[in-house]
Amino acid sequence: MSHEGFAAAVSDTATMIDRSVRLTRRNVDTLFVSVLLPVLMMTLFVFVFGGAIETGTRYINYVVPGILLLTTGYGASNTAMAVADDMTKGMIDRLRSLPVRSFAVLTGHVTASVVRNAVSTAIVLLASLAMGFRPNASAAEWFGAIGLLALYVVALSWLAAGLGVIAKTVESASTLSFFMLFLPYLSSAFVQPETMPRWLRPISEHQPITPVIETVRSFLTGTPLGSSGWIALAWCSGLLIFSVIFASLLYRRRTSN
Amino acid sequence: MIVEATGLTKSYGGTEVLSGVDLSVREGEVIALLGPNGAGKTTTVRILTTLTRPTAGHATIAGYDVVRAANKVRGVISLTGQYAAVDDNQTGRENLVMVGRLMHLGRGPARQRAGELLERFGLAGAMDRRVKTYSGGMRRRLDLAMSLIGRPRVIFLDEPTTGLDPASRLTMWEAIGELVRDGTTILLTTQYLEEADRLADRIVLLDRGRITASGTADALKSRIGGERIELHFTDAVDALKSVDVVGGLADGVLVNLPSDGTAAHLHSVLDELRAQGLHPARVSSHRPTLDDVFLTLTAKETA
Ligand SMILES: Nc1ncnc2c1ncn2[C@@H]1O[C@H](COP(=O)(O)OP(=O)(O)O)[C@@H](O)[C@H]1O
Ligand SMILES: [Mg+2]
Repeated sequence: MSHEGFAAAVSDTATMIDRSVRLTRRNVDTLFVSVLLPVLMMTLFVFVFGGAIETGTRYINYVVPGILLLTTGYGASNTAMAVADDMTKGMIDRLRSLPVRSFAVLTGHVTASVVRNAVSTAIVLLASLAMGFRPNASAAEWFGAIGLLALYVVALSWLAAGLGVIAKTVESASTLSFFMLFLPYLSSAFVQPETMPRWLRPISEHQPITPVIETVRSFLTGTPLGSSGWIALAWCSGLLIFSVIFASLLYRRRTSN
Repeated sequence: MIVEATGLTKSYGGTEVLSGVDLSVREGEVIALLGPNGAGKTTTVRILTTLTRPTAGHATIAGYDVVRAANKVRGVISLTGQYAAVDDNQTGRENLVMVGRLMHLGRGPARQRAGELLERFGLAGAMDRRVKTYSGGMRRRLDLAMSLIGRPRVIFLDEPTTGLDPASRLTMWEAIGELVRDGTTILLTTQYLEEADRLADRIVLLDRGRITASGTADALKSRIGGERIELHFTDAVDALKSVDVVGGLADGVLVNLPSDGTAAHLHSVLDELRAQGLHPARVSSHRPTLDDVFLTLTAKETA
């Protein structure tokens, strides 16, 4: 019955994870869209634009890593909305009026987001195999690619949770997280940055998504890795640390007036 | 006093929305905070339930300070907010078990407590349906059940029936009535005088952040005078004549006079009038309602 201490915090977090995962599982529409959209984009790029884009390899092998990151972006914006929903409706007041670690509500949503992304990423990956994606990764390379994607998803989910906390409405949470959907289009996801206009190239080369994509692409299809691996790891770790602090501070501010 | 508040004040960006509210509630008492929209009811409840810090003043619940010992306070209270805090995509039972686990009852006891409460609030038949299929009244009852899982000593209900249809409101009143019979201390807010009159031992009138009156429904009613008799004449002259006989005030064909509410008094008034050949066409007796109290006191503030 005690509400103090580490065990209580773990128990509250487990309860909220259970809840968020259950809600996610039942929100079939969301999962459907977050799988369908990337698959449609992939189809579009591979069969419609792909023939016209020069990447030096079969286009599907080039585009799949980017599509995987696109999938994550959709997943994260759903997380922002779910958090905003709890913050603006009665749920947060209920939790805060109980002797409960109310912050567990964020941990719950982030965990559910990671689970949902794992499922949608796996489905999108299967679809890409069906469409002709042929990775040549070793077990270690698969491990590396999945590990980096997982780190990226966790970091992005915390960022989304933070955006959900500051959003005044569910709609504005969705707007705030729009850039997460948009960033992959300005990266090396669909075309090589060298083919972009001169002014856009630095943005594309130095934004966080490009090294992540380059690393996943290198692990899965054997393109040159260069320094992308370390840069990607630094970006993702930095983003994770920043996002957790960002979400925690905003949460404290939002719940302390 | 299980709830004790002194000088609660809250400002939002320089605007004072609560101005020195004093409140004390005895254990087992049911108090209604009655006021129009924007009076500061929710703000008061949020301060007492540790959700908002007061700008000035302080409050204790069961001896614990709501700011300095917030977590202790949370252990003895429950809040049923103005908007039902239920998950649409969980079933009624899952919602309850979730709160039970957050209260660290353990899975087994949490399920058992959930079962009891579902039964008690007439939700047993719907417990395994998702809440999005529930009616507004069912959602409110589930919300109330969720706040009772941890057996709180003080229950806060913020506008528990606002927006419900009359039938659901009645069911909700019955559910709250049961808590009252259990002897739980309840602080509820409402915009409905009838609701306050029906559920509460004591009513506190809140208007623009200030308490304007407090007391039992009867005491409040007697503040604006007791019962009155209204005599309706067909002729304004008769009305004036009857004032000379039995007193009161004439207003056109109407005469309004104070009464003690007994049949004997009414009899004697009519007898005296008949002796003078005066025959009112109709007689009505008027008991002041809380609406009168409310309007009178609020009007005084405005003036
Ligand atoms: N977070 C807030 N920021 C600014 N003003 C607020 C806030 N919360 C409440 N108010 C204002 O305080 C006043 C009292 O609100 P409230 O306590 O919700 O009244 P009630 O519950 O009686 O309708 C209203 O004028 C409302 O606009
Ligand atoms: Mg209110």
